[in-house]
Amino acid sequence: MSVLVFLVLAALTVAAALTVILHRNPVYSALALVSTLALLSCFFVLLEAYMVWALQIVVYAGAIVVLFVFVIMLLNVQSDERALPGPGTVVGVAGGAGLLALLIATVAVRGVTANPPAVGAGFGTPEHLARRLFTDYLVPFEVTSLLLLVAIVGAVVLGKRRI
Amino acid sequence: MVPTAWYLVLSAVLFAIGVAGVLLRRNLIVVFMAIEIMLNAVNLSFVAFARQLGTEDGQVIVFFVMAVAAAEAAVGLAIFIQLFRARETLNADEVTTLRW
Amino acid sequence: MAVDVAIACAKAVFMILLVLQVMGLGVFFERKVSAVIQDRIGANRASIFGFAGLGIVNTLVADPVKFLLKEDVTPAGADRFLHFLAPILAVVPAVAAFAVIPFGDVLEVGGRAIQLQAAQLNVGVLYVLAMTALGVYGVVLAGWASNNRWSLLGGIRGSAQMISYEIAMGLALIGIVLTYGTLDLQSMVRQQGALLWGWLPAWGILYQPFAFVLFLVAGVAESKRIPFDLPESESELVSGYFTEYSGAKHLMFMMADFVEVVLVAALVTTFFFGGWQVPFLLRDGFHVAGQVYELPAAWIVVPALQVTSFMVKMIFFTWLQIVIRWTLPRFRYDQLMRLGWQGLLPLGLVNVMATALAILLWGTTA
Repeated sequence: MSVLVFLVLAALTVAAALTVILHRNPVYSALALVSTLALLSCFFVLLEAYMVWALQIVVYAGAIVVLFVFVIMLLNVQSDERALPGPGTVVGVAGGAGLLALLIATVAVRGVTANPPAVGAGFGTPEHLARRLFTDYLVPFEVTSLLLLVAIVGAVVLGKRRI
Repeated sequence: MVPTAWYLVLSAVLFAIGVAGVLLRRNLIVVFMAIEIMLNAVNLSFVAFARQLGTEDGQVIVFFVMAVAAAEAAVGLAIFIQLFRARETLNADEVTTLRW
Repeated sequence: MAVDVAIACAKAVFMILLVLQVMGLGVFFERKVSAVIQDRIGANRASIFGFAGLGIVNTLVADPVKFLLKEDVTPAGADRFLHFLAPILAVVPAVAAFAVIPFGDVLEVGGRAIQLQAAQLNVGVLYVLAMTALGVYGVVLAGWASNNRWSLLGGIRGSAQMISYEIAMGLALIGIVLTYGTLDLQSMVRQQGALLWGWLPAWGILYQPFAFVLFLVAGVAESKRIPFDLPESESELVSGYFTEYSGAKHLMFMMADFVEVVLVAALVTTFFFGGWQVPFLLRDGFHVAGQVYELPAAWIVVPALQVTSFMVKMIFFTWLQIVIRWTLPRFRYDQLMRLGWQGLLPLGLVNVMATALAILLWGTTA
């Protein structure tokens, strides 16, 4: 049952991701990106990562892509003209396909093909995540908050008309 | 139950799609979106491994990746706005010189 | 297994119908309450065979029928797909947010204990914030897809306002999460059944009065109601981001507006006013001052009382938002943004720190 759900979701996710990179209109690419992120968050539920699921939608789909859409509308970015496949296209497709082959080969040789063992109750809940975050990962947490402050200041300064 | 390897294959496919997007597209905003797809593919790997190993470390890393991606998106888009104001274009082929 | 699926579907359908009915009631309230405030009668002309029902026939029958029969116009040069998608993206997250709102305790029937909450998530609060975040897309796409300068302006203003006040809402909620120690709404409501000093129901408003004010203000701003309705400002931008919408799509945007009003009312009820809790009512009857007053057929009467209490409180807060709408003038846009970023955000942080200090000194309720 969950195998069927996984396959359907995986097909939809790959389709959405392809739409992001292939569609000419950047607004449609942004909407396809929202779909990709929302579908990925479904995988997090399958993997029992409930807090990460909620955070994915709030942070990624609900804030970052909104920022993308804002900028697209602010700058009135137009659709790309259809260009002939040139050397760039060949490099792109070859690069992507080559990387994919390499990664799948790695997974095939060393990947874990058994079902994952059962986890205890409360796995992936906010309490457990918070416990790990504030004990083992406290320093990265504080550094990340500093990083976000720097990013906010940087974005405000870079967005001004006259720096 | 779905084996972890399947999640890794999906993550690999999405990562490759992201790489292809960065190499294929000329519109800088779409390139940025492809980068976000790559980051999300990696997030999926982390969460899959967290489930495999039974610890939440992978999910904590995902938390940090999301925060860093948000910071990067904010600053990157601000840079794009400045670039657009200076060059009137967001096409990667046309912003190849440092000055006019 | 099939019975579980059927029960889950029944709960989801119940919640959707509840939302739509209260939304319809809200539209009726809007007409009549505004009429009372403005010392007039309000809409009472539409009638079926002479029965106007105080104007209910107008709002519940005539209005929707009128909207659905109007011509559906897509402006020339507009992006057809996005124009079609935007109202859907506005309504669906607002209605979906109701999935985690508990409307009763437990219904024990036929050996099964049915939790009266459509989706029992352990991250309910985050889910509500997620759905609110997704509601921004409807606004910004509606503005963009209309190929109209004023719509785009309304859309950008609206979405900037929504994401600013989401932060204020989130910070107000952190205070509540700290107080109750959980992100699960049903657990929060259950904890509000406790009695302080033996007689006072321990509702959230007693622990977090400041967060209540912050949340209410942020919620009204999030749903773009007056005094925060500049994106839609009827006297400035025609209809703002949904100027170019007619017929059923316009109805969807108005529905989204009212559903968000009802959502804010339901959230305020759940977090601050005990949700479905009736004071002194436990699962078998009333426990007042040591005396137990058993209720007959308690397995159905108690949940019915709880659902009724939830709906009464929700309708009260819907009414409150309507009164606020028709009383206050509109904020200017820079005042609005200043209030969000330089007013509510610092106050929210102060609230979080004060709550944390209080918990350090006096412990939590859990």
